[in-house]
Amino acid sequence: MTNTDIAAPMAATTAKSRFSGAQQKLLAFGTLIILVIGFSLASPNFMQTSNILAILQATSVNGILAVAATLVIITGGIDLSVGTLMTFTAVIAGVVLTYWGFPLPIGIIASLLTGALVGLTSGAIIAKMKIPPFIATLGMMLILKGLSLVISGTKPIYFNDTPSFPLISTESFIGDLIPGVPVPNGVLVLFIVAGLASYILGRTVLGRYCFALGSNEEAARLSGVSVDNWKMAVYSLSGGICGIAGLVIASRLNSAQPALGQGYELDAIAAVVIGGTSLAGGRGTILGTVIGALIMSVLLNGLRILSMPQEWQTVVTGSIIIIAVYADMMRKRKA
Amino acid sequence: MFTRRTFLGAVSATAVVAATGVAKAADKIYIPLISKGFQHQFWQAVKAGADKAAKEFDIQVTFEGPDTEAQVDKQIDMLSAALAKHPAAIGFAALDSKAAIPLLKKAQAEKIPVIAFDSGVDSDIPVTTCSTDNVAAAALAADKMAALIGNEGKVALVVHDQTSRTGIDRRDGFVKQIKAKYPKIEIVDIQYGAGDQLQSTEITKSIITAHPDIKGFFGANEGSAIGVVNGVKESKKSNVVIIGYDSGKAQKQAIMDGVMAGAITQNPVGIGYETVKAALAAVKGQPVEKHIDTGFYWYDKSNIADPKIAAVLYD
Repeated sequence: MTNTDIAAPMAATTAKSRFSGAQQKLLAFGTLIILVIGFSLASPNFMQTSNILAILQATSVNGILAVAATLVIITGGIDLSVGTLMTFTAVIAGVVLTYWGFPLPIGIIASLLTGALVGLTSGAIIAKMKIPPFIATLGMMLILKGLSLVISGTKPIYFNDTPSFPLISTESFIGDLIPGVPVPNGVLVLFIVAGLASYILGRTVLGRYCFALGSNEEAARLSGVSVDNWKMAVYSLSGGICGIAGLVIASRLNSAQPALGQGYELDAIAAVVIGGTSLAGGRGTILGTVIGALIMSVLLNGLRILSMPQEWQTVVTGSIIIIAVYADMMRKRKA
Repeated sequence: MFTRRTFLGAVSATAVVAATGVAKAADKIYIPLISKGFQHQFWQAVKAGADKAAKEFDIQVTFEGPDTEAQVDKQIDMLSAALAKHPAAIGFAALDSKAAIPLLKKAQAEKIPVIAFDSGVDSDIPVTTCSTDNVAAAALAADKMAALIGNEGKVALVVHDQTSRTGIDRRDGFVKQIKAKYPKIEIVDIQYGAGDQLQSTEITKSIITAHPDIKGFFGANEGSAIGVVNGVKESKKSNVVIIGYDSGKAQKQAIMDGVMAGAITQNPVGIGYETVKAALAAVKGQPVEKHIDTGFYWYDKSNIADPKIAAVLYD
């Protein structure tokens, strides 16, 4: 928590946001625990190892996308293209690995680079062309959706020629070490991504500028921060993380499904706000986001285990999002 | 802080309690159906059939499917939640069979019978597949076509594609029936328009240009059939017999207006009903046929309002 190297007002904001972030984490964590206990009491089928692993597996992709979205949202921006960017990077991996026959590491690098480059492009459109993030990334969302279909020829690309591909998501290193706990590697990837993003936010210059941009972009600009460049850096990082999500989902499905992805950005944003990150920017934590993503998958899985009709599952999920954000606002008003 | 947490907790608890009310029927035989969709009229009709069977046999059935047919991962999540409930059997219409294989193997290991429905599952794990016999349905379309054009003349087919199971079956069912039974009917062209209305329209117009004396068209799915209707209209051609497939507002309208002679409809209600019925038979250890034909109907202006037909048509 050494904020001495940046301007004093900024340091104050950051410190305050960390404090409220800790409170929010407790709030979200409490909700998660109550949901888990509630569902366990309601059905013996909920608390089974295989079901818990299924919940974690279901969280992995949304969680990674939500981490990517958190970084952008903290800067006061928004990224609607995370879902289709994920699909686009998966398709790129499919082209590089299956169509061109390159080895796995090349496919991984291609996906990550593609993600970062697209992120950089979105960032440049926002920072240099001064197009609002909502519109820039809405456009990018559609561009990527279309390009995924064009490049793949509107057909799924399978990874049958890359036998090691399931390593990324479905196989389990942990299960090899500790028999009986086959946590899928995709979940491991989520935790690693979240850990790194958390480190970047809390311990690096890039992280500090994320909060500074979100709290008061003009103040940051006036104190000599090159706002445009840092913004592009954040969008690139976020795009690279979407590339990781692309690899995880492609590995899980053993295919790049080109028509998938639209709508996933809203699940990601929901996880971010449930986790207490403010859409106004300047405040938020990665841990909160991961808990937010877990709350969403626990809720959906639990309601399914209780055989709640699908239309009502959607109603309940929507209500929880509103309630979570309302609770967060009430806390802020008192603070 | 404490009060706010309690508030959220209370809300979550309420949700849980509300949900348990739904799960009360847990002692009944439970069969979840994981479908390829949920919101479309076609899938709602499949659900209606499943619900009907559930009521009739006094068992519990749930029906879930992703928002779009691209969301393979969401369908897999639904399937794994369904398996966690240790159901008596499971109905499954795979979006991507390959992605679902690990979970289907798990079901097999736990001796949970899997019933494939609609287009089925590309694997030998399912006990049976409940779907439309598209070959027989298209053969019926051929019979109707022959009767309407007086058993002779030129006809053409506009099909959605030559790779999908339904595309192949409907094309072959129609062509084989014509060749076997109606030697005076000539099939002059078979074209593929991806089920896209506009593409199918252009195809139809070019076939009409090439064969001005054409007497009939068979459009093998909803989009192809509407394309044929548009193409014939734009060519200002009359006295062409058009036979369609499935329903939808535009196709029903074309039949009411007399532009389309009639169409084949699948029986989505029957698909849902037979899936649950077959699942129950599998649970009780009764023999189940490897493939169950869920039926299809011919409908035209005369019977479109018939309650039995109206029930399986969608807008």
